[in-house]
Amino acid sequence: MASAGRIGPVAVSETSSTPHRIEPVAGVPLIFELSSEGRRATDLSPRAAGERRGAEIIGVELCREDLPGFPELSEPQVLRHFLRLSQLNFAQALQFYPLGSCTMKYNPVVNDELAALPGLAGLHPATPVHLAQGALELLARMEAALAEITGMDAVSLHPAAGAQGELTGLLMVRAYHRKRGEVRHKVIIPDTSHGTNPASCTLAGFEVIVAKSNRRGYLEAAEVRRLVSDDVAAMMVTNPNTLGIFEPEIQDIAAALHERGAMLYLDGANMNALLGVAKPGHMGADIVQLNLHKSFSTPHGGGGPGAGPVAVKKHLEPFLPMPRLKHSGAGYEFDAERPDSIGRMRSFHNNFGMIVRAYAYILALGGDGLGMASRLAILAANYLRKRLQPHFPSATGEPSMHECVLSHELEKRADVSTLEIAKRLLDFGIHPPTIYFPLVVPGALMIEPTETESKEILDSFVDAMERIYDEALNDPERVKNAPQNLPVSRVDEAGAARHPILRWEKKA
Amino acid sequence: MRFMPQTESDVAAMLETIGARHLDDLIAHVPASLRASATIKLERGLSEADVVREISALAARNTGASGFLSFLGAGYYRHYVPAAVRAVIARAEFATSYTPYQAEASQGTTQAIFEFQTLITQLTAMEVANASMYDGASAAAEAVLMARRLMPKRPVVALSRALWPEYRATIRTYLSALDGLDIVEVPFDDATGATDLSALDRIANDRLLCMVTGYPNALGIIEPLGALAQMTHRAGGLAISATAEGIALGLLRAPGELGVDIAVGEGQSFGLPLQFGGPGVGFMGARLTHLRQMPGRLVGQTRDRDGRRAFCLTLNTREQHIRRERATSNICTNHSLCALAATVYLSLMGRAGLRELAERNVELAHQAAAVLEAAGIRRRFSGPFFNEFTLKLANPSAALEAAERRQILAGVALGNDYSELSDALLVSVTEMNRGDEFSRLAAAIAEVR
Repeated sequence: MASAGRIGPVAVSETSSTPHRIEPVAGVPLIFELSSEGRRATDLSPRAAGERRGAEIIGVELCREDLPGFPELSEPQVLRHFLRLSQLNFAQALQFYPLGSCTMKYNPVVNDELAALPGLAGLHPATPVHLAQGALELLARMEAALAEITGMDAVSLHPAAGAQGELTGLLMVRAYHRKRGEVRHKVIIPDTSHGTNPASCTLAGFEVIVAKSNRRGYLEAAEVRRLVSDDVAAMMVTNPNTLGIFEPEIQDIAAALHERGAMLYLDGANMNALLGVAKPGHMGADIVQLNLHKSFSTPHGGGGPGAGPVAVKKHLEPFLPMPRLKHSGAGYEFDAERPDSIGRMRSFHNNFGMIVRAYAYILALGGDGLGMASRLAILAANYLRKRLQPHFPSATGEPSMHECVLSHELEKRADVSTLEIAKRLLDFGIHPPTIYFPLVVPGALMIEPTETESKEILDSFVDAMERIYDEALNDPERVKNAPQNLPVSRVDEAGAARHPILRWEKKA
Repeated sequence: MRFMPQTESDVAAMLETIGARHLDDLIAHVPASLRASATIKLERGLSEADVVREISALAARNTGASGFLSFLGAGYYRHYVPAAVRAVIARAEFATSYTPYQAEASQGTTQAIFEFQTLITQLTAMEVANASMYDGASAAAEAVLMARRLMPKRPVVALSRALWPEYRATIRTYLSALDGLDIVEVPFDDATGATDLSALDRIANDRLLCMVTGYPNALGIIEPLGALAQMTHRAGGLAISATAEGIALGLLRAPGELGVDIAVGEGQSFGLPLQFGGPGVGFMGARLTHLRQMPGRLVGQTRDRDGRRAFCLTLNTREQHIRRERATSNICTNHSLCALAATVYLSLMGRAGLRELAERNVELAHQAAAVLEAAGIRRRFSGPFFNEFTLKLANPSAALEAAERRQILAGVALGNDYSELSDALLVSVTEMNRGDEFSRLAAAIAEVR
């Protein structure tokens, strides 16, 4: 068995000849369990002689007695603890990570260094604007680049993540209609959408109407015409949709919506298929949100931080959130006079550190490179789809864009589920695809290889999938008992939900 | 194209497998009119060296990032970040992993989040904390939404006027689409700078949904949080505290100890760079009885098949990817890596160190206030303060300019956000300031007083 800290396809010998082999431990202890009273990992410079302590200055009645249970370790212990934890993770830099809809492409390491430059990392958000012109120019250039990439007229970099960008966009739709004296209550969402779309609608006060995609997996303008009314504020469309298919009727859909005064909100989560291929603005989108941690290569960080800029057409520009950058003779500043703005969604300006990284990425690729990135991402997805077809057929007959959604019959033939296939992939050192999504495909495997993986990696993924297929038929227990080569075996998620333990507590 | 490994022969072989001749054959189904106008008109790509040159040139123009004595705070604070924090979050194993949906391949991230949740419950004295929010302001907005789910029939959302202006603005935006809510600002006492208890008393009735208070508040004052919570509870409402300066929780009585129901805040002070305002990290602690209405991801402890302790995302039936339009929030990506930085930072500060650091902030801030006072520069409010205080000045912007001429960023003028405080300057002092800086600040301000 693997000990904690060994991951991946490495053949871990079960009959190791190492004489003093360390026995596998039950995971890494919690930081709290490593504490020892009186130990410390930080020293302050000494207090001036005779100075009163802070607690006495403000009054002990305002102060807590202690921080019970808080860690007490030395610096090397803390460092070792977290480095050991790091070794329990799969990560894009280490493994193939074809997680559909998440765009786990390479995150250029130089971008982290750039964000950490003292002139960027050390800049306080309340710095007078004339002392922060470099940062503001970077933001202005990024806004312009994203407008060009999306074919939209104006961009706000304010939202903290894609889902916050969605909410921002929907609140702008609402404000736009209000300004025209209209109150519209509904938003149309396709059955293939990401879960954030309907959740954002609820937050923005809209009722959701579900549009059905057709048997071929895409939306028909006729369906949109059937659903749209004067009570529909907008439709949210992800393009390519979550089946990885380009919506062929998108321009008609936009027209159908616009005829009735409704907006087309384009969810840009799958922008990695569209760079230099088709611009949302030209599709008829009124709003598109982008996820910089997807198409624009900022690290996912185990679940953020990301950034979720929104790009809009002219008629929605007045409603963009605060603060809004403007340029005057003296340089860049923030525009305080924005009476129609929906307001702010967060503190300060934006997730600047992520924007720096994404801007550096755009500079590195340039216009041509971005176009090539999407084409190679599409190539990789279609290549995997084709090679896997005999065992894992595509859920759709339509051409795939940057990701493909596959199905399988192993559930019927061998009683092996998609989840079990995913867990078995882990044993091969491959992060599984997104599974059971989109909801319209039973047992779906949603595979997004991205443009930054080599043909050899793609081929080894095919090999692993074929082997798992074989095992499912001939040795299903091996698949069902996966993973075997990871720090832990199958985790009891149902148990976690039944008896929630959400924090460490000191044993009485 | 240094990030893309496909050689010409790879591309040719892959196309052949697919049965296509050219790359563009793969997008031939995209409407021609769209393809024709899709070219991205940006400069050609740059080498790594040229990218570095370009961004470094922009960075160099941010002259306010270095070379000045700084007393800027107002929601984001200058604290020393130990090198070990950066060493951990730079690890690609953490930085380039995704949300830990596959628990077996994510024990590093999930255990670290579990530790983060625990640290936040310890700091806030709340029973449960989530895996992180975007920032303090959006966490405050989510807290109000959570209160509304808990008590949907109560319409009045009370915000202390001394709550951070950006937090108030964010709450207003988040609530703007929801019907039947009434946002009321509770004024602060003009003498103490603390929220006016009698004003809250006047609206403390069965219509009150929640009361949101800054702790410390936007004027630097340590609010009487216990009394505010008690008054809110008497009316049956929920008490929400919002802390922008997390270090304060190392010393001040914990929100949970004072009766707060939902404690949110900004964790930027816990090991994150200023980075022109983001990304920071929001945190949220709450009562166990309110767990099901809590937004955001949660990690729980469980076992693997062999009985070993393991961690995984849990209670996700509250979340958007399962509940869709009935979810508690639309949050998906949060600020996980920033939460990791906070976890490492708080582990390094530790039980004694965090309190000492908080005390040092108090000591230095009060030392600064005393030096200023000795130079005849008075504080605007009399209430107790942590590491930030408000000066009363005839002309704050003139003072800022005079200080800037002496390479000092003296603080943040409050007049932009508070019309009634056009005479006020908010000064922040942390362990990054040294005792000998205060007389320079006093001399600069005294020049224009």
